[in-house]
Amino acid sequence: MLDKTGIAKRIAKEVKDGYYVNLGIGIPTLVANYVRDDIQVEFQSENGVLGMGPFPFEGEEDADIINAGKQTITTLPGASFFDSAMSFSMIRGQHVHLTILGAMEVAENGDIANWKIPGKMVKGMGGAMDLVASAENIIVAMMHTNKAGESKLLKRCSLPLTGVGCVKKVVTNLAVLEVTDKGFKLLERAPGISVEDIKKATEGTLIVEGDIPEMSL
Amino acid sequence: MINKKVANVSEALIGVQDNMTFMLGGFGLCGIPENSINELVKLNLKGLTCISNNAGVDDFGLGLLLHKKQIKKMISSYVGENDEFERQMLSGELDVELIPQGTLAERCRAAQSGFPAIYTPAGYGTEVAEGKETREFDGKMYVLEHAFKADFAFVKAWKGDAAGNLIFKGTARNFNPAMCGAAKITVAEVEELVPVGTLDPNQIHIPGIFVQRIFQGETYEKRIEQRTVRQRD
Repeated sequence: MLDKTGIAKRIAKEVKDGYYVNLGIGIPTLVANYVRDDIQVEFQSENGVLGMGPFPFEGEEDADIINAGKQTITTLPGASFFDSAMSFSMIRGQHVHLTILGAMEVAENGDIANWKIPGKMVKGMGGAMDLVASAENIIVAMMHTNKAGESKLLKRCSLPLTGVGCVKKVVTNLAVLEVTDKGFKLLERAPGISVEDIKKATEGTLIVEGDIPEMSL
Repeated sequence: MINKKVANVSEALIGVQDNMTFMLGGFGLCGIPENSINELVKLNLKGLTCISNNAGVDDFGLGLLLHKKQIKKMISSYVGENDEFERQMLSGELDVELIPQGTLAERCRAAQSGFPAIYTPAGYGTEVAEGKETREFDGKMYVLEHAFKADFAFVKAWKGDAAGNLIFKGTARNFNPAMCGAAKITVAEVEELVPVGTLDPNQIHIPGIFVQRIFQGETYEKRIEQRTVRQRD
């Protein structure tokens, strides 16, 4: 089974040379740490920066330079700042190649829910609805089950949706799955996890064809 | 040159009243119009509608207005990290309209640019689109979102001059530019008000035509919400 770092490491392999990438808050933020350093990639943060770098050294924090998680960051050579409207022109206009975000639920038709639990938790959608409505390639990073042990990969989402039919791939602590017309297609198993384990933890339709390889990190 | 300079924050806020709609720049606590917000708290206006990406934290930014129950309605995209906000929202004391962040920016820009409404794919098929007009373009569905109508826009820039020209710094730019000229009156506060002629016209982010009043803020706390650092090797 993978931990959060493991999920981030596996997703980092999906980041290709020449990609502009938007990383959501949580596990997706960790992905930046594990992208190969022999490829050219730029990270976009929707609050208005392209070319995000690592956290600053202590004492060098600048209140005016943060990421979408409101964390202090630095920028790399070639970086740029811009306003929110232009930021979402990059996103809506499909200039960003890959979006990686977290989710509370993903359905087998690619629907995603990640912004609201009615009556309990309302933080808002932030930029997630814009991102999922426009991104050509969306990968969800999440745990396979919730804290109560219930599957987060469902036939239909039960929570209010963030977007419809948009998720292409899901990487969890147990597996890598592709969203297809027929359901979740199992691509890879996490180390030490069997197909049976994944079946038990998946409520939505799971397609298993042939031998399922263990993922390499 | 048309002079937009006012002496201080109280002069800048002349005309604000109860039940008005305000736009406020900022992302989290980054680039918020601190001086204008503090003055709004002091004036004790009530029944306000605030258009702002976030709602501050409990004891800073818009959280100060929330704490005094001055806000009737918030229009935002993300309101986490603010307990008082969540309490007022869940108890029904505060009316909240949550909208996608890109839609928030574009509804400001539409108001600034003379568009009555825009079509966006964001929120299609979700509760955000309920009751709204939708339309298909080239096989994809879009939601019609209307331009905001606001009485005042309060924005914060790094440098400005008496002509109202503005330059922003880093990610403190965020929603501020799209809000300039998007309300009946735009009030810009700047960290540094420089003599006219010293800003390079090539480097101006927002031309003064979008700004009605400008002043240099007395102080800036510029609080950091999430201080994240790495260790030196």
